Amino acid sequence: MRLDWELARRGYRRYAAYPGATAAGLFTNVFFGFLIAYILLAVYDQRAEVGGYDVRDALAYVWLAQGLLSIVASFGPSWTELALRVRSGDIATDLYRPVDLQRALFAQDVGRAAYQALWRAVPQFLLGALLFDVTIPADAVRWLAFGLSVCIAITVSFGVRFLVNLTAFWLLDYRGPALLALTVAHLLSGLIVPLSFFPEPFGDIARALPFAAMLQAPIDIYVGAPLGGSIAGVLALQLAWAGALRLAGRLVLAAGTRMLVVQGG
Amino acid sequence: MVELGRNYLRLIGARARGQLEYRTSVALQIVASALLTLLDFVMILVLFENVAQLDGWRVEEVALLYGIAAIAFALTDLVVGHLDLFPQMIRDGTFDQILVRPLPSLLQVVASDFSLRRIGKILQGIAVLIVALVAVDVDWTLGRAAMIPLAVVSGALIYTGVWIALATVAFWIVDAIEVVNAFTYGGNFLSAYPITIFGRWLRNLVLFVIPIAFVSYFPALYVLDRPDELGLPDALRYASPLVAVLVAVAARLVWENAVRHYRSAGG
Repeated sequence: MRLDWELARRGYRRYAAYPGATAAGLFTNVFFGFLIAYILLAVYDQRAEVGGYDVRDALAYVWLAQGLLSIVASFGPSWTELALRVRSGDIATDLYRPVDLQRALFAQDVGRAAYQALWRAVPQFLLGALLFDVTIPADAVRWLAFGLSVCIAITVSFGVRFLVNLTAFWLLDYRGPALLALTVAHLLSGLIVPLSFFPEPFGDIARALPFAAMLQAPIDIYVGAPLGGSIAGVLALQLAWAGALRLAGRLVLAAGTRMLVVQGG
Repeated sequence: MVELGRNYLRLIGARARGQLEYRTSVALQIVASALLTLLDFVMILVLFENVAQLDGWRVEEVALLYGIAAIAFALTDLVVGHLDLFPQMIRDGTFDQILVRPLPSLLQVVASDFSLRRIGKILQGIAVLIVALVAVDVDWTLGRAAMIPLAVVSGALIYTGVWIALATVAFWIVDAIEVVNAFTYGGNFLSAYPITIFGRWLRNLVLFVIPIAFVSYFPALYVLDRPDELGLPDALRYASPLVAVLVAVAARLVWENAVRHYRSAGG
């Protein structure tokens, strides 16, 4: 536990070392937030409600999604970092270490996420909420559930990225698969538009997949439009994906490691 | 000038051949980057699942905006997209090496990389543009037909100039490259929509400061024979090529000025 904490702190500090980059990222998030907010406002010019979202929900979605994308690392080096180590062979050194690789990387990723939440997501959401009329839940239960859902979203996102990186054990090219995975994740996580904007049954199917658990799930809880109506149901599905991905990550890493040993001779 | 052009082609030719050694890998990356870029268009389609028009623009008209901007941006990305890595060249001192060589620094930076995978973005832009051109209700004349390629080329020049000019920020603030992304990637993202839907500050920004409105909005007004709801002079709808030349000249001046004030990190 102490080790996890230390690793998480290192993960946090790795990003804290570049405050300029954080400020620049924040600026870009806010700029894109404005663009998407204006586009959705043009949609709500003609509709009072789309897919269970009224205009204030939609604006809350915009600023939540812009904030969450840095927390769950919708972009960024973590999609290929480990793959690069597999390719270069540095992974062998990582496996020597007396700590579980999956666990250590997860601890670092939690540190990264905490930094992004504190210095990017929260400030830009506050700014968005100040400039636009967004939904603010009144009950504490929903806020609590939202916080919990974001934590699980980080776990799910790590699980997905970990698996994508591990493809490097089998495939020579790590960039192509990572780009494809990124594309699928962006589309199905609700980053492009809320999944309830999609024509049925596409939106419902997407909501059952792990990608929705990375971004759409916490937002649905926040605006009070969880699929199937119950917050507990959304959280349970998220947890199930988090567990399944963790297990899958273990199995795939073990398989990859065995093969690495064979190739390493 | 001709000599420089030949040098550039020789340099990127070598890089392209190197990448073609890994055919499957390149093919996969072309497909993947085409699909990733196509998501911006998927967003448009999903929005139009819920509304019949956006500020008076129908889906095929928005697709026309998207197609022109997407190809222009993809061409830009192909030529100067690696300016994303320019701050790194400053940080690790590679740019110092460039300055001692007897070739223009901008040419060397631009020629320092060439990613075949970016061709995928061009292909998806062309695909959307073709569909849009078939679907729009336009009384085609020679002028309107000629405006499409002209807009693409002008747009690419505008994006390239903006990208180069903004990349010079790295001479002063090394880790601020993401600010540039707001205007390059963000600029391309907004070019797919009629600028009338954006707030006044943003409209003024893309009209007068970073003239991205000339990439697709004004050429599309001409092609679609639409009135300009902003009440700006009609001449602007023909102005994209002129704006492109001005932006290119301005970008070059900004770059040269920035290089003159460059102080190496290793100094």
